[in-house]
Amino acid sequence: MTARKAVKLAEKPLYEGSDWNFDTIQRIYDTVEKVAGEELALNTYPNQIEVITAEQMLDAYSSTGMPLLYNHWSFGKQFLSNELMYRKGQRGLAYELVINSDPCINYIMEENSATMQTLVLAHAAFGHNHFFKNNYLFKQWTDAEGILDYLEFAKRYISQCEERYGQLQVERLLDAAHSLSRQGVHRYPRGSARDLKAEMARENVRHAQREKDYNDLYRTLPKATGKKAEPASARALALNLPQENVLYFLEKSAPRLAPWQREILRITRVLAQYFYPQGQTKVMNEGAACYVHYRIMTALHARGHITEGSFLEFLTSHTNVVSQPMFDSGRYGGLNPYWVGYNMMEDIARVCVDPTEEDRSWFPDIAGGGDVEGTLKHIWANYRDESFISQFLSPRLMRNWRMFKIADREKEEAMKVDAIHDERGYREIRRALARQYDISWQEPDIQIVDVDLAGDRKLVLEHHVTNGVLLSEKDADKVVQHLADLWGYEVVLNEVDDETKSSLKEHKARPRANGPRLAEG
Amino acid sequence: MYIVDRRLNPGGKSLVNRQRFLRRAKALVQQAVRDSLKDRSIKELEQEGEVTIARDEVHEPTFRRGSSGGNREHILPGNKEYLQGDEIERPPSGGQGAGGHQGDGEDEFRFVLSREEFLDMFLEDLELPELAKKKLTSGEAQGVRQAGYSTSGSPSALSIGRTMRNSMSRRIALKRPRGEDMLKLEEEIARLEALPGDHADEIAKLREEYERLDRRRKLITYVDPIDLRYRRFEPTPKPISQAVMFCLMDVSGSMTEHMKDLAKRFYALLHLFLKRCYRHVEVVFIRHTDKAEEVDEETFFYSRETGGTLVSTALEKMLQVMKDRYSPEDWNIYVAQASDGDNMPSDTAKTISLMAEGILPHAQYVAYLEVGREEDPMMSMGGPLMRASDLWRSYEQIGKAGGKFVMRKVHHRREIYPVFRELFAKRGMAERGAKA
Repeated sequence: MTARKAVKLAEKPLYEGSDWNFDTIQRIYDTVEKVAGEELALNTYPNQIEVITAEQMLDAYSSTGMPLLYNHWSFGKQFLSNELMYRKGQRGLAYELVINSDPCINYIMEENSATMQTLVLAHAAFGHNHFFKNNYLFKQWTDAEGILDYLEFAKRYISQCEERYGQLQVERLLDAAHSLSRQGVHRYPRGSARDLKAEMARENVRHAQREKDYNDLYRTLPKATGKKAEPASARALALNLPQENVLYFLEKSAPRLAPWQREILRITRVLAQYFYPQGQTKVMNEGAACYVHYRIMTALHARGHITEGSFLEFLTSHTNVVSQPMFDSGRYGGLNPYWVGYNMMEDIARVCVDPTEEDRSWFPDIAGGGDVEGTLKHIWANYRDESFISQFLSPRLMRNWRMFKIADREKEEAMKVDAIHDERGYREIRRALARQYDISWQEPDIQIVDVDLAGDRKLVLEHHVTNGVLLSEKDADKVVQHLADLWGYEVVLNEVDDETKSSLKEHKARPRANGPRLAEG
Repeated sequence: MYIVDRRLNPGGKSLVNRQRFLRRAKALVQQAVRDSLKDRSIKELEQEGEVTIARDEVHEPTFRRGSSGGNREHILPGNKEYLQGDEIERPPSGGQGAGGHQGDGEDEFRFVLSREEFLDMFLEDLELPELAKKKLTSGEAQGVRQAGYSTSGSPSALSIGRTMRNSMSRRIALKRPRGEDMLKLEEEIARLEALPGDHADEIAKLREEYERLDRRRKLITYVDPIDLRYRRFEPTPKPISQAVMFCLMDVSGSMTEHMKDLAKRFYALLHLFLKRCYRHVEVVFIRHTDKAEEVDEETFFYSRETGGTLVSTALEKMLQVMKDRYSPEDWNIYVAQASDGDNMPSDTAKTISLMAEGILPHAQYVAYLEVGREEDPMMSMGGPLMRASDLWRSYEQIGKAGGKFVMRKVHHRREIYPVFRELFAKRGMAERGAKA
């Protein structure tokens, strides 16, 4: 272990028992901050701690964790289902909720004991906070400073639209937009991070310009006749096709949408983009936060800031959080990101200070380097789940976890064990696990490939089918219907096999005539 | 670092979204609520309820990969026995397969409705009969109570005592000369004038004093406007919004479980309905064979007796309970009677007179529900061939008068709700229904 400065033991613990008040929280926060600084030298946004009730936590849950969000029935559905599970005790509430904003907002529940509050502050106010501020994906895609203002703008804008155009119209538009929100992100960074304040200002300018440009004469220009269809390649060029950001394409090019409808599509798209990094860093983000809270809590205990009893209480919750049922235990429900992340962070720390021969050959760059904090901070800043696992999952962990890989091939009678935790299997398991966390592998690859603007305006999309896994049919048909309603003309989605380029399936929809009518007129 | 206490923020941020969800899934939720009635006892009805609707209707679709077909890979922890190349039988589809979705319950969406939401959904399209409505809307009578005094008001509300008290303290404080002092002075002057000798100086002094006092008396009035106090009255709601529901049921051997079930459903609906309109609703269960007794809900619905039938005993019992505990002046009285219609012929006259003279004048609404077997051969013939029961025929005389006595026949569970609706629909409609 690295040599640590001898620290003076605290004279008395921060608190006794489980009760807390605002003084206690302040004291805990100050001590945690000091210890975190000495142990890990984290770089965080300023923190804002908000004490809330269980019901408020349910509220926050249902609006994807955001403190304010526009109204929509699906958030109500979320609330009802969370509420039931909470009441029946099927699911406890998270002890904390933290928002990637500047200042970083940490919700803590009033029901938590003093020890839980300490844990939560260490976990969220320092662990997650550091991760948000330093990870490259968040830096690239999110604007922590502007998000709260933008949410307020979005909420106001949408409620104004409801007043002006009717709640039902807006609801239908949002239904359609939500169903496509996963197809509403730019996956590859272009330009710099989003500046949400400028975003709002831009909308205002756009609006003013539209009003200025409006001239009724344009509507009365005679229509062009005898227009020939342009060649597909020219169309593709003009429309910037193929385009994987479906919402972006609709916002810019759907012929029948009103300006306010485009703006709402834009809002859902901006929010989807804001959450995009979170989906790709679950393992790392939770792993970092768990590692940080474990280090801080252990240090608090070692320095006499918390009692033996509190430390035991902490260890119990910590163990619960990072536990993982095995595949045959009956409780298995997939891999627990907390477990994967925390164990990997611990393992990396071990490799830094106490590597085996195997570690040296697998991780020549970090093995025995000794700088645990520096190495971890570098990793937290520069990786996402997929690259993190594919680089840092060690054979030792795979052995400890007794991991194995099953291949389930359609044409074969039985599933086959492809690889187990042995010399031959390590790389295969690691590759496959990393792929499970690769968002571009997890999300179906769907792109807009063509649109006949001069003809019947049919919009053509393609799903690149990998490994023969088609889209869930019922869902796909419904989303294509939404898409047609937004587009205003026929829409076709072809599922095309990636290898043979043959079409496997087709989903078609026409805009509903007496169903949701999105465009006016 | 800031700590903000958000606990005092208005809660229910999700309320709007919750309402929107319920509105969107309204038809389904309403159906689910009505279905859930069948498992509830009367008393449970007023509680919040868990309902289940098909997930499909509120599903939010996205493009996602299907859960079957194609080639897949799974990484799992906890290998104990497998070696590379081993084969594992594919689990039956939809089972506990690796990478599967949330497992069972996927087609259903379950959630809890609050009591208010539950009742709203349940009774939304119902209306109170005109008769009851009048009473109900004024269910909270405006009483008045005295609430201190005020400086303004109508002359009739003038509080003399309070006004005089103020006047007196003012007079004392300002030292208003008293009448008897004036009188004394007058007497003194008269005495001096009557005395021989020259007392002109003294008399002049006394006169001056007298005039001063007199002036003062005029300046400081006996009762000044600022002394006036009026009794102040404050409107206060006087809770008269209480109702009692008498459930009368024939439990003689001829009543089958099916018939009791029909009755129970009707009582349940009525109870729900009243609960919404009154602050206090009490239920009195009276069962009868050839004698009647008041029982609890459990006994009422689930025990069976045998014996003859004397409907009048139940009515008598009810009148007695009403006299003892539920004075018609304070309580809105509802009666729901369920029976298969059998009664001793000798009892009929008594029954009618009890109903017409004892109960009807006091009750808000009386519903007689005749429950029949599920498949009544007579029903299929319908029309005039249908033999009316003794009780039915007797009650018909009362029913004809119109008003608050109504009667219906019910044979099947599905008829309960429509019949209930018919009874509690607008007056005009109910009468039209009766003719049909």
